[in-house]
Formats: sequence, structure tokens, C-alpha cells
Amino acid sequence: MTSEKKDTVLVVLQMSGAYDALNTIIPYADPLYIDNRPVLRVEPEQVLAIDDKVGFHPAMAPIKDLYDQGKVAVIQGIGYPKPIRSHFRSMDIWHTAEPEKMVTNGWLGQAIRELDPHGENVLTAVNFGRGLPRALAAAGVSVASVGNLETYGVLTGIEGKDQRVEALEIFSNMYSQAIGTGPVNDYLSQTGLDALKGADILSTAPQRYSSSVEYAGDLFSQWVKNIAQVHLSDFGTRVFYTSLFPGAFDTHANQPTSFAKLWSEVSNAVSDFYEDLKEHHANEEVVILMFSEFGRRVKENGSGTDHGSGSVAFVIGDSVKGGLYGEYPSLEPSKLDEGDLQWNNDFRGTYATLLEKWMGLDSKSILNGTYEQFDLIK
Amino acid sequence: MSDKDIALMAHLMRRAGFGAQYGELEARAAKGYEATVEELLNPEDHPNGLDLDLAERYFIEWNHFVRGVPEYFMWRMINSESQLEEKMVLFWHGILCTADSKTQSYITSYVELEMFRRCGMDSFRDMLVEISRDPAMVFFLDNCLNHKGAINENYGRELLELFSMGVGMDGQFNYTEDDVKECSRAFTGWTITNAIPAQPYGRYAAQFIFNPDDHDDDVKTFLGETGRFNGEDIVDIIVKQPATARFLSRHLYSYFVADDGQVPSWMDTPPQDPETIKMLEEEYFRSGYDIRSMLRVLFNSDAFKISRFSKVKSPIETVVGTMRLVGDWTSPKPGFEPIFDEMKHMGQEPFNPPSVEGWHTGKEWIDGGTLVQRINFIGDYVGNANQPGVQDIIESLGSDGAIISPEGLVNGCLRRLGHYELADETRDMLIDKASKWGKLRKGSEEFPGHVGHILQLIVAAKEYIYA
Repeated sequence: MTSEKKDTVLVVLQMSGAYDALNTIIPYADPLYIDNRPVLRVEPEQVLAIDDKVGFHPAMAPIKDLYDQGKVAVIQGIGYPKPIRSHFRSMDIWHTAEPEKMVTNGWLGQAIRELDPHGENVLTAVNFGRGLPRALAAAGVSVASVGNLETYGVLTGIEGKDQRVEALEIFSNMYSQAIGTGPVNDYLSQTGLDALKGADILSTAPQRYSSSVEYAGDLFSQWVKNIAQVHLSDFGTRVFYTSLFPGAFDTHANQPTSFAKLWSEVSNAVSDFYEDLKEHHANEEVVILMFSEFGRRVKENGSGTDHGSGSVAFVIGDSVKGGLYGEYPSLEPSKLDEGDLQWNNDFRGTYATLLEKWMGLDSKSILNGTYEQFDLIK
Repeated sequence: MSDKDIALMAHLMRRAGFGAQYGELEARAAKGYEATVEELLNPEDHPNGLDLDLAERYFIEWNHFVRGVPEYFMWRMINSESQLEEKMVLFWHGILCTADSKTQSYITSYVELEMFRRCGMDSFRDMLVEISRDPAMVFFLDNCLNHKGAINENYGRELLELFSMGVGMDGQFNYTEDDVKECSRAFTGWTITNAIPAQPYGRYAAQFIFNPDDHDDDVKTFLGETGRFNGEDIVDIIVKQPATARFLSRHLYSYFVADDGQVPSWMDTPPQDPETIKMLEEEYFRSGYDIRSMLRVLFNSDAFKISRFSKVKSPIETVVGTMRLVGDWTSPKPGFEPIFDEMKHMGQEPFNPPSVEGWHTGKEWIDGGTLVQRINFIGDYVGNANQPGVQDIIESLGSDGAIISPEGLVNGCLRRLGHYELADETRDMLIDKASKWGKLRKGSEEFPGHVGHILQLIVAAKEYIYA
């Protein structure tokens, strides 16, 4: 282990489906919370209180522990101008950092280009999941996207170890030839070779890794474990991304059971990840951003909640100054935006904070403007 | 019938459709190239795969009031015998695109696809009028918020910029900001009744209505002409412009002939094949804006016939083409969702374009993640000897116990995939690989595995990324 300071790493955990912010960080002492949530409210004695006003949902106990250790920044009232209550468009806005119009490039895709302008490391960014989230997409930026780290690779359908080794050699030769001419062919060659190289390197991660931490068996926990495996293999990855399955937190009905189960899985995964990093002395170089596309309606619908706007996000890590940021939006009917929590800080302020203060990048060109940053990085 | 004829037919069917199996290529080549073009252009009585109401009885998770419309669209692309008709629906959806994230009413999106089927190869003038009245589009680009005395320019601008003329041509702007405003004024009162999105009124297809009380009937000046223009008058002026002929010709060329840069670059970058574009522009005016006539000229042109393998296949072309090649999903069964998800993972999902501009094409389809996804997906299918289309390929190579040379095996596979061609070095590598298996006996127990393996290697090659 060298004493040299390691590159900072950003891990983004996308909580798809829009979690109910009001039952995540709960204003348990507010009579309006109790009025609006006759069935879904969490009783004050169960809330994991942060102060005399708000507290964590009981299923988030592992994250509350990290909070108590000063490692969790809770960003209250996060949102974006002219809230849209469509999952897809809203997620798009979070991905592209552009609420006004539809654009192609993702905010992290652009950040990756700044981090590795010549595409020298094929693993500067790694996504775990099916398909590349738009957040990571940018023209000319190569991102490894892995569905299953154990089986990831090119031509995985070819049976027999020797057959496959030989097939990969042929693949590599096919993509190395300067066949045809022109920029498109060159680009395809480079992409094919990068993908092969990335898969080659990534496939060594599980063998290199050993840990006393045991992650749960659900897919999300496994992907978080994969992030730990790849990060601890020192491939130079600066951005990791993974998501809960689409619509996971979309609790229009039967919210209490599914909501608690999800938060319990996610919180355990985050806490296991932190313990894993700590065991390997890698806890200072990693910061986690955890977000959802919007909040949910203040007034419950009897068994669940409908789409809303203002939400809450989390920044977690040893290098984070823990505490409450932003203001908890008022539940006064006159202060609501069509029945939803009114956001009070633009999500791009949090992005700018992470880009500038954590990743050391200029956020202005990536976010197309300047946003007020939080002082949440040590 | 020569290999050359079949190779050309394979090219036509990849471009004017989503590919075809070898038997169909032989039959069509026997009928003739021009006859096939005519049949594709005039798809009157062909089976479409399944009507939506029937499809929804088999795929019970589909319900066009809520979802299932993009899935059904994909089903039609795989199974419709009117292949060019479906290819044109995809063409128009890529240009006149709407996103479900905003419209949130699949029943209305379905109406839009049906309109593309009905009008996709007729007059471009009528298409522009239809799209201006299309409820999903009226909502998507906010023309329902475009009021007399308080215009919303969203639709008016995109009609000019993205649907008909483009920002500029040969380095010159095609219209001014004043033209955008005047165009928007002419479309005031073009609105819809019934709610999109669904809530809180429930799911109904929205209907177009013209509200004369909200229409600005005053004099307007648009592209140098002055009058009390309504929306249709604006369309009549648009279709007369040389820029419109150029814009539509370049779109058709890019979609059917060869990748030619992204649309925003067209103002300053001239067409790579100006002669073919000129020919299409002339046919546009000669035929009175008739899309079918332009397509006829295009498919029968030498430029088209020599353009094999000069386009990167889109994700939809890749997934649908693979299904048609291996003969899967020719009838309903459970589990369509993962097939539909494949094209999503490769970067293209109907009704979820990355922007109002639609999808960027050509090399932009390919990145590290999508390339691996594509190669593994096709490889898994062509390596599966249980798929009927793969069985056909194996049988076509022979089952008589005779010996086939390694070269014969590789060439046979290439031919059956639609006369693909590999660089000599690549082909030699595959022949070398096949020669290591010893005597290749047709009909032997190992034979299907060997064919599958060669097919997997071919579809992993760079050449197979192209259509």
C-alpha cells in the first residue's frame, strides 16, 4: 500500500421509482404529518430521531448509525424547477442535469470525459446493471456496463473454456486489423478492443477480492459488492453507478411493507459497503450519492402515495461532513406545490458540490451554469 | 439465379425491411428486383402478424390503454409481411418523435403509429398536416398551449427545424425567428380535447379539434408570403421550399442508403452523395411531394444498389433482424419482455427518444456497453441450433454425410446470413479455426455445433455491425 493520496471516487446509487421522502426523513413531530398520513405514518417512538423535528425511517437503522458517526449529509428539500411528475422525464432530468429541454449527454458522461480526456483507461467509469443509464452517456466516452461481474465478457455464449479463449483471440485479431478505412471503422475497432480489455481486467476482480463482509443476496446488494470488488482491485475507476430495479420505490399501493423492505436492503448494502471499504483501508477515498427522481404526495392515498416533487438525497462517506443540509419543506397546505413538498435547493447544487469539491472538476461547463454548493466535503 | 441477385435482394430486404431468411430471398430474387420493390411499396393485402386486439388476447400483459404499444410495434416489425410499411413507421417515429414520458397515453401513441402506417408513403404535404393534427404531437410539443395573442412557439419551431426544412442548408439559414413566430400564430387553435396525460380523467385517446375562437386569423407573413394563413397554408408554403426537398431527401438517404452525419450538422455539411440527393429532390417536386415515388427512385438507383454495408445497424434493426433470421417469435408465447428489453439495453426504445431530435445514428449507436450487448445477444441466438432459422442454415449446408471443406463451411455461413463479406484476414482466421476440427462431415453429431460456432464468430465481426 502506497502512502500517496488516492484518487477520489464517486459512487452513485440510483433509487429508482421515487422514494417517499416524507417517510424517509420523517418530520415526526409535525401535526400535519400525522394528519396527512393516517395509515402510513411512522409513530414517533419508532422514528430514529436526528433531532426533535426529523428522523430516519426505522428500516434505515444502518444508515442512521453512519449518520451518528458523522458520515451522512442529508440534503432536504432537493428538487428542480418546474417539477414533472413523470418517472422517465424526471429521471432524465437528474441524468442530464437539464430540466428545460431534452438533451443527450449525461452529467457523469461529461465528467468522465474531463477525468480521462483521451480515454486512456477503459474502466474510468463502470456501471452495474442492464443497459447504460443516460447519466453516464456522452459522445465518445467509453463506459463499461456490467450485468453480472462473474460472467461479464465478450462472446459469453460460446461454450467450452478452450473454445472461448480461442474465440476471444479471434475477436481481438478481428478488431485489431485496419480493415476498410475511415473514422467509423477505427472507432468500432477501438470500442471492440476497449470492451475486450475492460472485460479482461474486470474478470480478475472477484479472484483478487477477499473480505469478511457478507453482502445480502438481492441483486442490488450484489451490485454494491461488485463495486467494492472492482474498486478494491485498483483499476483506476473514478465513477461507479448502479440502480435499484426500475420502479422499485413506486409505492402507489401497499407502501408500508415494500418501502421498509427496500430501505432495509439498501441501508444494509450501504453499511456493508462502508464496512468493506474500512476493512481494506479504502474508506476515505469513496463518497456515495444516493438519490431518487422525485418525492411523493404529502397526503397518502390510503395504502400508498402518488407522485410528488420535493425530495431528499444523501451524500455518504468518511470525507463527508455529516448533518442536515437544505431546509425541510413546510407541510402547510399553502406552502405545498399542488399537494407536494416544495423543493428549496436545486439538485445541480449537490452535483456541483460533488464535481468541484470531491472530484476536482469545473462544474460550470458540465452543468451549464453555476449553482450554490454545499460545504459538505471535509 | 445468381449469388449476385440474392446478395442484392438480401441488401434490399435489410434496408427496406428488417432482413429476411434465405428461402425468402431466393423466392423474391426469382420474382425480380423491381417487382419486389413494387410489392414493398404497395403493401395492400399482406398479413401484419396479428391485429392489436388479437395480440392483446395472447399477450395478456399488453393493454394499449396502459402499455404494450411499443412491444406490439416491435412484434409487427418482426412479423408483418408489409416490411417497408413498418420500416417507414419507424422512419417517421425517428423524425416526428414523441416521448411517452411526456404524453403518458399509449392509446394516443397507438393512434399516431396507425397514422404513420396509413400515411407513411403518401404525400409529404399530407403527412405534415396529419402530424400537426396528431393528438400525441399536439400535446408533446405544447401546441395545445399555443393561443391567439399568447403564442407558444414549441411546435411552430420544431415543425420547421426538425420536421420539414432544417435550420439551414448550404451554410445559409432556412428561416428567421419571425418566420417561427408567424408559423406558430397560424397554428393557434389547433388543439386537442380529452386529457393527456391519463390522470385524473382516465385513459381515453385524445382527439384533435380546431378551435376557431382561439385561432389568430390576422394577416401573417411567412417565408416571404403574406395572407391570413391557417396551419394548412403554412404547410403548403413549407413543402414548396427547396430546403424541404433537401431535408426529406437527406433523411431518406441516411435511413436507407448510408450514414451521413447527424441532422444538426446538415446546415454546414453538404451531402456526401450530392447526385443522389439531387435525384431525390427532383423526384420530390416532379411527383408532387410523393414519398412512394421518391422511395421507388431510391431503391432502383445504382447508388442504393452499391451501398451494401455502409450503415451501422440500429438496435431495433439488430434485435428485430436477429429474430427474423433465426425464426423466433413468429407466434405468441410467454416471455416477450426480455426481447423487447434488449433493444432498450442497446440504446433504442420506441417512445423514449433521447431528445425531441430523435436518436443519433451511425457510429453513435455503439459504445463499450452496447457493443458487448449486441454481440452477445446475436451470438446467443445464432449459436442455438434449436432455433428454426439456424436449423435451416445447418440443413442447407447439407446432411448427406459428405465432407465439407473449412472454406465451404465459412462461405456457406456467410451466404446464409445474407451474403455478408469479411476482410480476407478475418475470413482466413475463421477458415483456419474450422480446419482445426478435422474432417467436417455434414450431418454428423458435431456438425451443428461447428456451424453455430462459425456463425457466432461471424456476427461478432466488425463487418456484421453494418447493414
